[in-house]
Amino acid sequence: MALPAKKQTRKGKNPMSETQKIIEIEVLRYLPESDQAPHSEVYKVPFTDDMSVLQGAQYIKDHFDGSLTFRWSCRMAICGSCGMMINGIPKLSCETFIRDYYPNRISIEALANFPIEKDLVVDLSGFIEKLESIQPYIIPKEPRTLAQGEYIQTPAQFAEYIQFTSCINCTLCYAACPQVGLNPDFIGPAAMALLHRYNMDSRDGGQAQRMELVASEEGVYNCSAVGYCSEVCPKHVDPGNAVNVNKINAAKDYFLRFLSPKGGSK
Amino acid sequence: MDGWWKKNPFYVEYMVHEGTALFVAAYAITLLVGLVRLGQGEAAWNGWLAAMQNPLSVVCHLAILVAIAYHAFTWFKLFPLTMPPIVVNGKRVEPGVVVGSGWTAAVVVGLALLGLVWRIAA
Repeated sequence: MALPAKKQTRKGKNPMSETQKIIEIEVLRYLPESDQAPHSEVYKVPFTDDMSVLQGAQYIKDHFDGSLTFRWSCRMAICGSCGMMINGIPKLSCETFIRDYYPNRISIEALANFPIEKDLVVDLSGFIEKLESIQPYIIPKEPRTLAQGEYIQTPAQFAEYIQFTSCINCTLCYAACPQVGLNPDFIGPAAMALLHRYNMDSRDGGQAQRMELVASEEGVYNCSAVGYCSEVCPKHVDPGNAVNVNKINAAKDYFLRFLSPKGGSK
Repeated sequence: MDGWWKKNPFYVEYMVHEGTALFVAAYAITLLVGLVRLGQGEAAWNGWLAAMQNPLSVVCHLAILVAIAYHAFTWFKLFPLTMPPIVVNGKRVEPGVVVGSGWTAAVVVGLALLGLVWRIAA
């Protein structure tokens, strides 16, 4: 939406006026139709103090190069679409402000540890497969009919898993995890946090099925407790804790099977 | 992924605290060698003791002490990441309290052991 013309003339300012601050934004571009490899391009973007890095990218797309491609939707850190590497750190570009980098140059790149599809858009299909593999839904302990009413849960039971429901699948934690980079098959932080969310739910009875994945080659033992996933998480989900707690759970399963042959993973 | 750990100060810190584990291993090996020498008789044991008093050995021990202290410091800092949440009276214990308790316990146990060894030696 354009600003009302009257307001602009009264203040005597337009985005390119002499007092306008300009920041250099270096974008890692990759156009699969014409490029062999990604390359950098620098744009000089006029900005105001309320502008996010996402708005900077939008300015480039609107004024310099309409082919610049990136994902975004909500602009308020809830949809999880606009994650990118900003000066090498995985961040949501909608809640990262240009003013915090000025007068230095900002570099933006596609999220690390994912294949680049085009410019700042990464291929998330591997992540989606991982999400599906953890059975991200309640597998009821015992089936109930409608007549039996709802599943009852106490506030204490609710508190056990609520933190892990806050994930918005922005995949910043995958870009932060060197083990995901070294082994792309690793289930990874966000999917493991969601797995933990269902395992910790008192209504769920699917833990035994999910623990097979937890203890597998793709499972939690890929993690070396770097902990950067929890550091970059914009929703304070603490996926690193979910992964590490499940190392203990998998070890318990392994040893307890000697005591109770029916329980635990195979 | 070559050189990945150099790309971010967080990764560098991770490599440093993982790297200090080598000093823990070095000290464990030093003590094991002492135990073996003790088993080989008085002369061997006295030789090991003399080697420990060598200035170079003292410098190495000081370096190992600093590295192990840093290792312990960062090891407890990882507690909130690696441990299941601790609930006391229905409330989750704050991460800072968990880390602080670990550091306190490490210092108390360390000083108690030092006092004990001191008394035996005296």
